[in-house]
Amino acid sequence: MTGETPLISARQLGAVFDVSKPWLNRMLALEAKQYLTAVDMVDIDIPKGKTFALVGESGSGKSTIGRMIVGLQKPTSGQVLIDGEDFFAISSEKKKMAMRRRIQMIFQSPYASLNPRWRVRHIIGEPIRAFDLLPASEVDGRVAELLDQVGLAKSDGEKFPHEFSGGQRQRIAIARALASNPEFIVCDEPTSALDVSVQSQVLNLMKSLQRELGLTYLFISHDLSVIRYMADEIGVLYLGRLVEVADRDTLFDKPRHPYTRMLMDAAPHIDAFGRTAEIVKGEIPDPINKPSGCSFHPRCTLTEEICRRDRPEVREFGTEKARVACHLCAD
Amino acid sequence: MLRPVDRVGFEVRAGEILGLVGESGAGKSMCGSAIIGLIDRPGRISGGEIALDGERIDNLPEDRLRRIRGKRIAMVFQDPLTSLNPLMTVGQQLIQTIRTHLPVSSGEARDRAIALLEEVGIPAAATRIDAYPHQFSGGMRQRVVISLALAAEPELIIADEPTTALDVSVQAQIMALLKKLCRERGTAVILITHDMGVIAESTDRVAVLYAGRIAEIGPTRNVLSTPSHPYTKGLMASTPSTTGTMHALSQIPGSMPNLRAIPKGCAFNPRCEKAFSVCFKDIPILEPVDGSEVACWLYDPAVNPETKEISGVSE
Ligand SMILES: Nc1ncnc2c1ncn2[C@@H]1O[C@H](COP(=O)(O)OP(=O)(O)OP(=O)(O)O)[C@@H](O)[C@H]1O
Ligand SMILES: Nc1ncnc2c1ncn2[C@@H]1O[C@H](COP(=O)(O)OP(=O)(O)OP(=O)(O)O)[C@@H](O)[C@H]1O
Ligand code: SF4
Ligand SMILES: [Mg+2]
Ligand SMILES: [Mg+2]
Repeated sequence: MTGETPLISARQLGAVFDVSKPWLNRMLALEAKQYLTAVDMVDIDIPKGKTFALVGESGSGKSTIGRMIVGLQKPTSGQVLIDGEDFFAISSEKKKMAMRRRIQMIFQSPYASLNPRWRVRHIIGEPIRAFDLLPASEVDGRVAELLDQVGLAKSDGEKFPHEFSGGQRQRIAIARALASNPEFIVCDEPTSALDVSVQSQVLNLMKSLQRELGLTYLFISHDLSVIRYMADEIGVLYLGRLVEVADRDTLFDKPRHPYTRMLMDAAPHIDAFGRTAEIVKGEIPDPINKPSGCSFHPRCTLTEEICRRDRPEVREFGTEKARVACHLCAD
Repeated sequence: MLRPVDRVGFEVRAGEILGLVGESGAGKSMCGSAIIGLIDRPGRISGGEIALDGERIDNLPEDRLRRIRGKRIAMVFQDPLTSLNPLMTVGQQLIQTIRTHLPVSSGEARDRAIALLEEVGIPAAATRIDAYPHQFSGGMRQRVVISLALAAEPELIIADEPTTALDVSVQAQIMALLKKLCRERGTAVILITHDMGVIAESTDRVAVLYAGRIAEIGPTRNVLSTPSHPYTKGLMASTPSTTGTMHALSQIPGSMPNLRAIPKGCAFNPRCEKAFSVCFKDIPILEPVDGSEVACWLYDPAVNPETKEISGVSE
């Protein structure tokens, strides 16, 4: 990463959930409390105007990281710095509000996040009113502008969410996210529920808005092909740990972590007719009782004694400065 | 009356995997359900016929159909839990299915069940056979469902998005398993998915569905690498890839029509940049084009490619 101060940085971010059974059950079965480490010492830096993408299989901690970064969930350990400031350390309500305005989130299911009883005009205008950004008389004009920006018509503002297709609803969610003039948007699987022809419309829209408005994105997806299209830099998550961080071309040209390589091989390729991917052993283990040492060791083809014993530290490789957490990665 | 699926025709041969691909609401699941006779009332098959090994099965009485379903045709769904009984062990379910369809003793059925679980890659099958579905992981459950589908040694398996709920690493395992079983046992498979990558790697032939009709059907490599139908072309150009050079994704304007408002003529006409006069009047039928079959007026022999006029035939 270059010398500039990142807009967003996560420092040693951790999230632990208490997943114990109710007290009485525990006493009867003589069970100890149980904890699930969903996010484990994650470091992320996102320079202004860039897209950092998080990729990983289900349960790897992508959404939890997203929620902590937008301030929806307090980290158990570590901190999130926005322009050098820790959201959870701000005491003044007014400053908190000002910080909230700068950060928005877009979710996988646009329907669940849009109030079905509100007209679209009202939904998109809500953040403008909530943050008191414009005089009431100017809100409608701004909403029309936002609708235009995401490729919808002014008249669409009079309709309700159910009158739109999935792709159009995601456009509405994007317009609402843009309403507060944010600098940074966390996009949690924004196109996973959409068909490919519609997905490409939404991805292209997000890219052009980024260019126009200088937006910074944290882009979350389990789909490597979508990640490749959107990302400047990519972080690969496995069981809550970032196992590899590299810029896009480095990651795709030279994946270094055995898990990254496995993911790339397992992802179906549209031009690999009749190919059968290398079979990977096993499935993602129980996150409550993670394997010792490197969490990937039971599925890895390289595993040695040290992998079972020690947790691999993150090390830097190559001129590209790829960061990899693997004992056996050599270059 | 709604026609979620309209005049769809295809064949699957023994040992072959036919893909049905298309976007949400295209009618993929409906095609699968029509074949196995599972369409919920008041839905019905309003025309056409379905034949298994040359024998018509769409007009059979319910009890005969039920025997074919499960015995000669089996189904695998996206969510393995819909096919498994949570109150019975995996072994009980397998043994029951085996004994319904094959004349074997319960001891023999149990041996067969263990062999099946081994075949689909369940470790320690002899002990795991007595576990309940919730004691398996998502991928292992889908393996169990596949073993259940195989239990009666069917000729055709219809797999409706069998890996959509699974992680990619597990998806790769399940697809490898389905391919292997299909080849080794000579079972025909209809694989329903919206994922072009899965289609490319796993199917021999593919039918691209749009608004309930086949837009293009042919050998998979043909259809995906040299698509002819404007919809297939658009679909391929808007699919991001993990390999190859990076280029801007093109997009197809609009979205798939609502069933209640399927456009007159070619259903794709509002989204098609090539659409011309006939496209708005008549439904194109499948015609051979470069080794595939394509339903698009652009390729109709009666249409003059220069003037876009229909010669000879009158309407
Ligand atoms: N509120 C919670 N209480 C307990 N455990 C939780 C909670 N939220 C998340 N988890 C657990 O934390 C882990 C990470 O979950 P998270 O939702 O961040 O994963 P994800 O990578 O977003 O997965 P997906 O791809 O399925 O969306 C999972 O094991 C999940 O079960
Ligand atoms: N019971 C029903 N009654 C009326 N219409 C139905 C019924 N079931 C499905 N449909 C409609 O039939 C069309 C085809 O549905 P189908 O489920 O076959 O689509 P699909 O291609 O499998 O989509 P997906 O990828 O979302 O599973 C859809 O427009 C759907 O809304
Ligand atoms: S028939 Fe016409 S509208 Fe339909 S795909 Fe072909 S050119 Fe386009
Ligand atoms: Mg998530
Ligand atoms: Mg379906």
